[in-house]
Amino acid sequence: MQPDEQLPRYLDSGRLVRLLTFVILAVGAAAMVLPFVWMVSTACKPSAELNRLPIHWLPEQAACLENLQQLYQTSEEFNHYLVNSVVLTVGRTLGQLLTCSLAAYGFARFRFPGRNLLFTLCIGLLLVPFQAIVLPEYLLIRQLGWRNTFAALIVPGTFSAFALFLLRQAFLQIPLDLEEAAQLDGANPLQVLAYITLPLSVPALAAFAVITIQAAWNDFLYPLIVTTSAATRPVTIGIALLQGERNTPFNLIMMGSLLATLPILILFVLLQRYFIAGVTTTGLK
Amino acid sequence: MRVFALNHFLNLFGHTPLARRRALWGIALILPNTLGLFFFFGLPILASFFTSLQDWNGLKPAKFVGLENFARLFTDSNFWQAFGNTLKLMVFSVPIGVVLALGVAILLNQRLPGRNIFRTLYFLPVVTSTVAASVVWTWIFQPRYGLIGNLLAPLGLRDLQWLTRPDLILIPVAVVTIWQRLGFDMVLFLAGLQTIPRILYEAAIIDGATRWQRFRSITLPLLSPTTFLVFVLSIINAFQIFDQVYVMTSRTTLGGAGGSATTLAYLLYKSGFTNSEFGYASAIALVLFFVILGFTVFQLRLQRRWVYYESRES
Repeated sequence: MQPDEQLPRYLDSGRLVRLLTFVILAVGAAAMVLPFVWMVSTACKPSAELNRLPIHWLPEQAACLENLQQLYQTSEEFNHYLVNSVVLTVGRTLGQLLTCSLAAYGFARFRFPGRNLLFTLCIGLLLVPFQAIVLPEYLLIRQLGWRNTFAALIVPGTFSAFALFLLRQAFLQIPLDLEEAAQLDGANPLQVLAYITLPLSVPALAAFAVITIQAAWNDFLYPLIVTTSAATRPVTIGIALLQGERNTPFNLIMMGSLLATLPILILFVLLQRYFIAGVTTTGLK
Repeated sequence: MRVFALNHFLNLFGHTPLARRRALWGIALILPNTLGLFFFFGLPILASFFTSLQDWNGLKPAKFVGLENFARLFTDSNFWQAFGNTLKLMVFSVPIGVVLALGVAILLNQRLPGRNIFRTLYFLPVVTSTVAASVVWTWIFQPRYGLIGNLLAPLGLRDLQWLTRPDLILIPVAVVTIWQRLGFDMVLFLAGLQTIPRILYEAAIIDGATRWQRFRSITLPLLSPTTFLVFVLSIINAFQIFDQVYVMTSRTTLGGAGGSATTLAYLLYKSGFTNSEFGYASAIALVLFFVILGFTVFQLRLQRRWVYYESRES
């Protein structure tokens, strides 16, 4: 990403334009970040300061810890929600890493009858919005007796057409010679995958991981239909419930969403290079 | 004869023992994911076709009713209201979002101090959960004490009931959608901008083309495949709006007063899970499915034409 970068100096059409560009971008970026700032600021305001006019950006008496405490008094299960989200996210990500890297390797490197048809069908699933199958999905989970279980939250999420596509693309980039050399040395396909292909696909694996983690952590509709108790509900539902209680003050709701947002924001800032690479190769997130 | 048939069958897997062994490995490797996808996603798709032809509320046994659910759909004012709301959201959010994203991408696509930081900041809302985003914007749109109201206070709009007035509720929903989508579209545009050969700009600069001329005659036409992709993906996204509606109306009336914020996805949820009308909800699901499929196929076909067009040009 370096368009004008190598332009000869005499072609640079002036600092003024660049300054203007910078200012416009800065104002835009401020507008994008403002909701986050407002969230943090509100999360630390004592309830008395919420309904005071004119509005002020910084809490006069910071009450971050008090609000955190109160959040846990209002919603005793909040820790459950966070833990459930972690379990759901880790389970799905590890599961997809296993099933999808096997499948991606199979589709990328082996010939068998019906391969292209099967691959097309798998990828075709990407065209189906989850909303369109939410009802039969619920009926299936109910039939399996999986409502309110981690099996429901994790197992269906361990199969993914998106990860299959992303990883297959990555595996196809790896030079065949390396894999063939290992094969001649007597490695079986699983060993080749584990010791050659996967270690050479670290950037794609990072893209896969950060996109999958993000999607799992933020999932709402699916957990909404298969869970009814705090024992399995993830944090997205936790904050929606807080909000649904009409008299929960907004400082507690903001504290809740801060807790739900922070882990994913940190992860993104650390791994954004891979996230963006994944988004641009697939056009999906 | 039988031996011949067996041989024929084996040959499908390859003509040498080694090739056959590799074919079996391949099948074994793809099996878990393929079966899982079929069971948890393929089956439900098939099931929703089947369910849409039934009258079924989960209590009494399902009854086959043919296309009755679809007939009811087209005369149901709730369905048309939801369809209209979805279209309105699309019309509010997609053009504004795409134009803003294009603008930001073009400004970002040059040598600039802090470029990467800007890109990160614009992208942050994309990774935030829609639920958390909607909760924060609900607070921002609160009358009297909310941020928007106070920004608009000089116009006397501080007490505007954004979230309860049926004629206004779609605006906050659209704003969250744009805010969460912009960084994603921006990244796609940035990738598209990378594919434009720099030499075209250098030639244009030497010929004395102004910035605007370069934008009009080089950037815009060569970026058009990306622009189209972004448009279609945003439209598809707009057709699936659910979380925002659920969260932003949960303090007042779910789905908005008088269904004013009910989108197709929300109506589907409500029919299926609140009213337990499985057949009817499946009919809505199929409408959603085919609308989105239509846009996707349209996009894929046109994209192919574009690629061809480009290669003929160069």
